[in-house]
Amino acid sequence: MGIIEVKNLTKKFNDLTAVDNISFEVGEGEAFGLLGPNGAGKTTTIKMLTTLLRPTSGEAKICGYDIVAQKDEVRNSIGIVFQEPALDNRLTGRENLDFHARLYGLDKKTRQERIKEVLEMVELEDKADIIVRDYSGGMQRRLEIARGLMHYPKVLFLDEPTLGLDAQTRRRIWDYISELNKREKVTIILTTHYMEEADYLCERVAIIDFGKIVALDTPANLKNILGGDVISIEAIPSDKAFQIFQQISWVKKITKHNGEISLNCEQGEKKIPLLMKLDQKNLSFEIKSVNLRKPTLEDVFLHFTGKTIREAEANQDEKNKKRVRRRMRR
Amino acid sequence: MELNNSQISKNISESFNGGSIGQTIYVMWLREMKRFLRAKSRLISTLAMPFFFLLTMGFGLNSSFTLPGSPRGVNYLNFLVPSIIGMTMLFTSLFAGISVLWDREFGFLKEIMVAPVKRSAVILGRIAGGITTALIQGILTLIVSFFLGFKILNPFGFILAFVFMILIGGSFIGFGVAIASVMTDTQGFSSIMNLITFPIFLLSGAFFPVSNFPSWLRPFAYINPLTYGIDGLRGSLIGFAQFPLSLSLGILLGVGFLMVALGSYLFSKIEV
Repeated sequence: MGIIEVKNLTKKFNDLTAVDNISFEVGEGEAFGLLGPNGAGKTTTIKMLTTLLRPTSGEAKICGYDIVAQKDEVRNSIGIVFQEPALDNRLTGRENLDFHARLYGLDKKTRQERIKEVLEMVELEDKADIIVRDYSGGMQRRLEIARGLMHYPKVLFLDEPTLGLDAQTRRRIWDYISELNKREKVTIILTTHYMEEADYLCERVAIIDFGKIVALDTPANLKNILGGDVISIEAIPSDKAFQIFQQISWVKKITKHNGEISLNCEQGEKKIPLLMKLDQKNLSFEIKSVNLRKPTLEDVFLHFTGKTIREAEANQDEKNKKRVRRRMRR
Repeated sequence: MELNNSQISKNISESFNGGSIGQTIYVMWLREMKRFLRAKSRLISTLAMPFFFLLTMGFGLNSSFTLPGSPRGVNYLNFLVPSIIGMTMLFTSLFAGISVLWDREFGFLKEIMVAPVKRSAVILGRIAGGITTALIQGILTLIVSFFLGFKILNPFGFILAFVFMILIGGSFIGFGVAIASVMTDTQGFSSIMNLITFPIFLLSGAFFPVSNFPSWLRPFAYINPLTYGIDGLRGSLIGFAQFPLSLSLGILLGVGFLMVALGSYLFSKIEV
């Protein structure tokens, strides 16, 4: 039995199905990721699992407790770092932690020890008595991670933990999360639309699009589905080139996207010279540029959904704009 | 970066059971108090308004104003001070209730919603904190009026006025919380505040007795809880009231309980 069990979880808002019948399990001590574009349903899923939102149908259990029927038990077992800051800006860091500790029933002695511990953990001891309004974005995020751990939760939920942070701070937060997971054995569930983040931090990743899970596996396995390296070629005319490449024996998979042809094969670096040896003049096409890379989760996303994560987000923005326009016309 | 080899691992199996009701109420109250005591500029501006009101209206109309049926010696300043205290209570407590919206807007409400505590305890603590801060401001307004020459009848009146202030505060905080719990955006906030507060204040017998109202306007004053609040304050402080004190007390107790219950109920139904 996993520490998190989700069965057919669905959430509908009037005519919009935000989360569509998803199911998955997370084992104790695992670092699990939900990867997908904005609007895919990641935050809605997290809100349901953290008892903020009632599911329309389906069920989920965290540490064996039902998220609808045993809300308080679930709340005691989990810690959450939300996407938007959920701190009281007019209190100090320490006061925010104290507030949280009291709400979770920690006795005085434990409170004082624990506040000290978590502040050291995220390296905010000397900033603890500054008003949170004066914290930087990175400091606020670190404080929220510290706060989420105050009551020794078994599961820590992180909704887009490094959104809006600079590269250096992001690295630091990744390190905290990694340490928490490996050394202290806290089960981690995170949502992100950054594929490097999912790749770096997560043992298993569920790719989510339009409220559905389209793939679930370790990052390595997911990338292996694509079959090795990716050679991206720009050639004119692209249809002709596509036809020719399709017939090559060592090409495991071929796709065309926005005029760019992607070939999947083993040992791409050895196959490129073979490509260039093709008699382009006779076959009437011309290779304009060649690129070789190892597959990323972006390629996996493209493979399963037919678009890149950025395109998916652009589509979602368009949909949202249309919905707002419709509403305003009423 | 080194994580301390602390008690984290061995305590993972330990579990807490959430804050007790008393602890929850206390911490919500404490939060309101801390935020209030730190917002010194708002405190000064809240006191400035009643101060200027009293100064201009109290002194300006003093000699020309006589109240029908009032004993000699009740000048307009004395009539007005309880009204101004009532006004302070109205604005500060309504604002305190509606500030639930700010928490929603700024995300802090999620932290409260996700904690393993009873929502009723959360809102009661918050209401208690709001009443305390409104009370402090009301008493400060009273002290300011002493400096302007206001005299109260007797010390017992002061205690009774205290009770009225608490009841007014509770009623309007509950009302504010109820509104904030069903509003989903802060844009309508200022328009709501204006739409609600001014009619309530102007139709409460604050500036002149209800008996001076035209007959078609009087029913509005009678259903307005603030009418009884201000009348009760006036009765406690200067001994002149249009309704029996027990009536005002009873009505405010009823409205207070109702509003706090309504606010608590609607608050517990919020989905973030």
